[in-house]
Amino acid sequence: MPTYLEFERPIEELETQLQHMLQQKERGENIPDEEIEKIKKEIIKKRKEIYENLTPWERVLLSRHPDRPQALYYLNTMCDDWLELHGDRMGHDDPAIVGGFGLLGKKTVMFIGQQKGTNTKERQYRNFGMANPEGYRKALRLMKLAEKYGKPVVTLVDTPGAFPGMEAEERGQAEAIARNLFEMARLRVPILVIIIGEGASGGALGIGVGDRILMMENTWFSVISPESCSSILWRDWDHKKEAAEALKLTPQYLYNYKIIDDIIKEPVGGAHVDPEKAAKILRREILKHLKELEEIPIDKLLAKRLEKYRRIGVYKEGDKVISSF
Amino acid sequence: MSWFKKIKERAKQQLLPPPQKKDTPNGVWTRCPACKEMLSIIDLEQNWHVCPNCNYHFRVGSEVYFNLLFDNGKYEELFDDLESIDFLGFVDRKPYSLRIEEAKRKTGLKEAIRVATGNIGRNKMVVAAMDFDFIGGSMGSVVGEKFARAAEYALEHKIPLIAIPKSGGARMMESAFSLMQMAKTSAILTKLSEAGIPYWVILTDPTTGGVTASFAMLGDVHIAEPGALIGFAGPRVIEQTIRKKLPPGFQRSEFLLDHGLVDFIVPRHKLKDTIIRLYKFYKY
Repeated sequence: MPTYLEFERPIEELETQLQHMLQQKERGENIPDEEIEKIKKEIIKKRKEIYENLTPWERVLLSRHPDRPQALYYLNTMCDDWLELHGDRMGHDDPAIVGGFGLLGKKTVMFIGQQKGTNTKERQYRNFGMANPEGYRKALRLMKLAEKYGKPVVTLVDTPGAFPGMEAEERGQAEAIARNLFEMARLRVPILVIIIGEGASGGALGIGVGDRILMMENTWFSVISPESCSSILWRDWDHKKEAAEALKLTPQYLYNYKIIDDIIKEPVGGAHVDPEKAAKILRREILKHLKELEEIPIDKLLAKRLEKYRRIGVYKEGDKVISSF
Repeated sequence: MSWFKKIKERAKQQLLPPPQKKDTPNGVWTRCPACKEMLSIIDLEQNWHVCPNCNYHFRVGSEVYFNLLFDNGKYEELFDDLESIDFLGFVDRKPYSLRIEEAKRKTGLKEAIRVATGNIGRNKMVVAAMDFDFIGGSMGSVVGEKFARAAEYALEHKIPLIAIPKSGGARMMESAFSLMQMAKTSAILTKLSEAGIPYWVILTDPTTGGVTASFAMLGDVHIAEPGALIGFAGPRVIEQTIRKKLPPGFQRSEFLLDHGLVDFIVPRHKLKDTIIRLYKFYKY
């Protein structure tokens, strides 16, 4: 059974109607095909209507949809071969971050992504995609390997944040993230960052620095989750919708602000409606962007990468406003 | 009521305008939050705001560190005409623009970071020091830009860069732009690495969130003041997550030393001496 979010209720009603009709038809009752076609069309229309007018908060909900495809789904579906690698070589392996070689046609890519888990058991095992320092260190180890082999790095970002736990602090969560930001700024292979779900704060950025940042349509990327923002700035948990608006965290805003470089279309109704199609689109986009990035000589690419981050910001200098968008 | 308090009240009414930067509580006396001893503000200031009784390090701002580090307290401030603006129209309980104005009025500062250059032990260096009183020492576009310019200044003049972070994290009111300052400040440091320019960090109370997870943890050498809170997540967030009380001393400098995250702990009055020694090791 698919899961419907609050704002998807009208679709659920139509889908139920459709199922009902199909069952009746199966039982031999006289249901005209036009009726069925009509309701199918209506479902498509309704989906479009709802999904074209999503509020930022609804998009946040969609990014967390329980049926939404995650990193491992995409890797298993879009790669012609995929070999997962484990461990940070310093005593740990973090299941919240997955990574390894993937083959897209004749193109080898080092994939690194957060995996939140698709059922209760996996979610616990993956710590809901909240990485510990060893996750970021494993990611760095894999990036260095990609650099050695001259293979591009593609990261699939999907995390509610880096894990705020005791052991994470003991093992240097902040240092692990900072180290990755530093190393990703100078890694001598192209890096493509794709937000496929939630892109929360430093936990997302820890595998999120690159030559290009893409966001899938129903995702968000922000300095803090709307819930935490509400609790800190409004001092209660009830203002998450306002916080989601204020944070301007949707792909369209971030594209306009030139923080991200492109938005990846999802099947109508979201990636979870047609995961296979979503994976196909993702593969196509990855290949397109990697081709463009690999045409740039590496020294020039690195200079451009540094310049991209050097510029970001909006401030006043004397009477002059300086803005990166 | 203790006679101390009466004197304090009277003193408040009659005396002394508040100190220019709100580094210490107003008045002539203050109570050490650690040992509860009453201390004269003048004595405290002369001791670089460290309790003479128990060595508790009071939180102080950039001004105190500049005076402490630069020879004869002489320095030139750089990039001080950079100011934040509310370019997203961010409104929570109050508009961001109002928060900026209030912070400026309250602190007499323009932003949460100041950059200055001058001699430390007769060698020119550049120092980027943060002020917690300015919107919780949060990092937005201006903090990121001033830090980047400080790094470029160090690069251009081939002099060491010293960072003194003091921050609650990224500035939420600049949303993704503040998040990107983490990448911006970290990326610029790769240039210092390649040029062999020293970058030293003096970790002070408190340093958490996005600032810790970027330039604060990327020093060649990490010096920490005693008892400073230094971490990624704040203690309250961790306690909510693990549903346990944290043990005393968790995320303090001494804890970080035990876990290999800082090189040494240095009391405030020895900071300058430590920087001069590091410089010699770099130079000779």
